[in-house]
Amino acid sequence: MAPSEDLVCCPVCDALHEIHGVTDGKRLRCVRCNTVIAVDRPEAIVRIVVLASTSLVLMFIVIFFPFLELRNGVFDSRASVFETAMAFNRGVMAPLAIAVTLFVIVLPVSRLVCFIWALGPLSFDRPPLPGAAFTLRLAETLRPWAMAEIFMIGVAVALVKLGDLATLAMGPAFWSFAAIVFITALQDTQLSKYSIWTALDTASRR
Amino acid sequence: MDGTGHRIAALTAREAGLVGCQHCTRVSPMGTRTCTRCGGSLESRDRTSMQRVWAWWLVGLMAYIPANLYPMLLTRTVGQVQDATIVGGVIELAHHGAYGVAGIVFFASVIIPVGKFIAIAYLATIVRRPHGHKPGQLLHLYEVVEWIGRWSMIDVFVVAILAALVQFNLLATINPGVAAVCFALSVVFTMLAAMSFDSRRIWDQIRQTSDESPA
Repeated sequence: MAPSEDLVCCPVCDALHEIHGVTDGKRLRCVRCNTVIAVDRPEAIVRIVVLASTSLVLMFIVIFFPFLELRNGVFDSRASVFETAMAFNRGVMAPLAIAVTLFVIVLPVSRLVCFIWALGPLSFDRPPLPGAAFTLRLAETLRPWAMAEIFMIGVAVALVKLGDLATLAMGPAFWSFAAIVFITALQDTQLSKYSIWTALDTASRR
Repeated sequence: MDGTGHRIAALTAREAGLVGCQHCTRVSPMGTRTCTRCGGSLESRDRTSMQRVWAWWLVGLMAYIPANLYPMLLTRTVGQVQDATIVGGVIELAHHGAYGVAGIVFFASVIIPVGKFIAIAYLATIVRRPHGHKPGQLLHLYEVVEWIGRWSMIDVFVVAILAALVQFNLLATINPGVAAVCFALSVVFTMLAAMSFDSRRIWDQIRQTSDESPA
């Protein structure tokens, strides 16, 4: 069988499908494993770019502003995400410092930058930037390693553990972190490999 | 043999003499190494997949054992040093009456990792030979394992947050223990093990079964 642009494989189970355009708002699922292969939402690209840019701005607040404040009579302590990551930077714990920095700051930020780089020009009807294909692939690879939302649950657990030790207050970063988690979840629902890559293809040909 | 192999018989890219890209869904002629659309590497079936699954699985397990034996948190309060292991921390939370949170931590750092070790081993063993399991269920199991693995990191992050916040010199200090590193490594290794698994293989053996059976 000759490969053509209408032939699409399911990324999960390798079943072949023939796609002749997807009708508006319809989802195309794999006949065998039911994975969503294509979703036609023309506005998806713009949405992804907008959501990624919003998260990026919020991420800046998250990293440098305190997200938890601890008061215990005389003592007062506050921690930003950046400081949390650096808490491990002594001796044996250094690898952990690097891991936390990667999972909570570096990888989520890189993923957002990748999305904006690859899809940003498309939302303005411009040809894609060089390396768009690479950055889009990278964004997909980074997906499981960006753990901002898990960090949020960690904050909640830490709150309970410290509850009787001191008074705790949430800093501005906490709320923007909460917003990012919500936005990222929203952004991931817009993703469909086939649709995004087809959009990138069409844009490159212009 | 429950005959599902016949009902779900769909033509795969491999059988059509094509190789499908798992990054962007484009198909290319068999033997193509890199995808023409996205530049991702192509392989009809990942041949080293099983080796990598077992290798990561094993190092994951090796890291998980010290993660449970050594202390996760070192708490110093006015001359006293307390250390708590993963399970110790859960029990402490339960003593405080925070059953919900204790449940979350227990689920994330005990149930999920152990369940993952079992599930990955089960999947990797089963797809090697022709099997009569429903592929849909195996895929669900795989997707759950792949999705849930990262949530085990909760405890590591909790330790990081506590250590960053509670640094009151003599009064109270919290420091991470060795287990925090081991546990983080174990989570990363098992995530890699789950990712190395080639989900397309779930169906390959089903197909062979149905071909062999006289029906």
